[in-house]
Amino acid sequence: MIPLPAPDQYWHNCVSIDAYSLKRIYEEAYIIATKSAGQTKYKKMTMSPKEYQNFAKSREPARSIPGNCAKAFLVGGLICVLGQAIQEVFMYGLNMSKQDASNPTVAVLILISVILTSFGVYDKIAQWAGAGTAVPVTGFANSMCSAALEHRAEGLVLGVGANMFKLAGSVIVFGVVSAFLIALVYLVLGIEGGH
Amino acid sequence: MLRGKQTWWFDQRPVIIGAATVVGPDEGEGPLAADFDLVHPELDMQQKSWEKAERLLLEQASDMALQYAKVNKQQLQFYVGGDLMNQIISNSFAARTIGAPYLGVFGACSTSMESLAIASLIVNSKSADYVLAGTCSHNCTAEKQFRYPTEYGSQKPPTAQYTVTGAGAAVVAQDGDGPIVECATIGKIVDLGITDPFNMGAAMAPAAVDTLTMHFNDTGRTPGDYDLIVTGDLATVGHAIAKDLLHRDGVPMEDTVFGDCGLMIYDVQNQKVQAGGSGCGCSAVVTYGHLLKRLKQGELKRILVCATGALLSPLSFQQGESIPCIAHAVALESPLHG
Repeated sequence: MIPLPAPDQYWHNCVSIDAYSLKRIYEEAYIIATKSAGQTKYKKMTMSPKEYQNFAKSREPARSIPGNCAKAFLVGGLICVLGQAIQEVFMYGLNMSKQDASNPTVAVLILISVILTSFGVYDKIAQWAGAGTAVPVTGFANSMCSAALEHRAEGLVLGVGANMFKLAGSVIVFGVVSAFLIALVYLVLGIEGGH
Repeated sequence: MLRGKQTWWFDQRPVIIGAATVVGPDEGEGPLAADFDLVHPELDMQQKSWEKAERLLLEQASDMALQYAKVNKQQLQFYVGGDLMNQIISNSFAARTIGAPYLGVFGACSTSMESLAIASLIVNSKSADYVLAGTCSHNCTAEKQFRYPTEYGSQKPPTAQYTVTGAGAAVVAQDGDGPIVECATIGKIVDLGITDPFNMGAAMAPAAVDTLTMHFNDTGRTPGDYDLIVTGDLATVGHAIAKDLLHRDGVPMEDTVFGDCGLMIYDVQNQKVQAGGSGCGCSAVVTYGHLLKRLKQGELKRILVCATGALLSPLSFQQGESIPCIAHAVALESPLHG
């Protein structure tokens, strides 16, 4: 085969106005003539899936468990303090007994959570607070309200009705199942359930 | 024409004669805001559902792309597009509006380059004069379909990515003024067993590496032949992995600028987007908005866009399946040369 000059040498000889096109075509011809196209120039990745999974795991940014726990404790605790304050208002402001005050207290907390969810604030707080906003009753209300909002476009029955418990449903299911199991334990041990 | 194993070489040099991008509010606050043709200040765009908003993005982008290209709807011969929604409904409805013969494609976030490659192939084979390629994604439709309701308070890990709200469309033609589509390397599915849908960058990185390596082998080119090589949406975690894998395999990526659309579209340090952007719209708006403009101005001579896609479904990851990933690379050249 006739040895071809390298593209750069040829480029110096190009003086016509369409020099660029010539250079490009020449580069193509050079690649094909030197058979560098379609050749294995760079070897392919050789990691096994197991090796790669470990490698990828090691590249995940670290998440501070103590930091997240502290934030969750702080926010979760604050929500409980707020609940306590609301209860005190019902007890001393409206002369309710402790037991009577607990239902309206929960209702107020749920209302606050639903309002914050509807204004698009709850999820922003949750990104920082983690379990702190997920565990209290406000988290349960958020899961139902967000699902209802999201599926409103699919109608009241097939959208809101069918999807409202999409996330909260598993809490209900496992709550009922575990309550049943605990009731069995009580029955077997002969402990009285009533409080 | 086929070159090597999986690269289409477009010898007729199809041209992108017009392209347009439409984005949402978060992208409008990002560093590339000035390059987008339309920025919506609200996520809902005054539509009744997120799905309708996503569809609107694509309809507006394709409408503007046709206007910029000075091609009317009667002249447009084919439309190729896809998105992330189940049964790619955003594209089907947008194609109803566009009214051209339509090929729906699905490549998750790699759809931008998949549709551009197919459009260029149609033009290159002289099967059409004008073909439109388009794709879109919306943060809230993706959250709703793949994760949780948008307002649900779940804490996202730092590896999670933020789906771009945006649409990009480009008109590919036999000839005209604009960046040239040189070649496209079609990727294979690469699945190394990552199952975490909140770490898609790590899942997709090997697919990008595979396609890039194959592109260099098929074309006989080296990274140094490009002014810029970008991956689609690997974001902080995935892009660093891809860089390391390529370095390990001896691909000299240091000869070029190696970036990622998911890191370019947002100010990752200051915007709350976790690891960076993702979604069909991510590589589409960065390429059609930002990169094409730089190619047109001659700031960039030749670039390679390697769009990455995680082809999972909400069902498949709940059933514990790993994430099949793909990447398609398209080489674009500036119309100003010499």
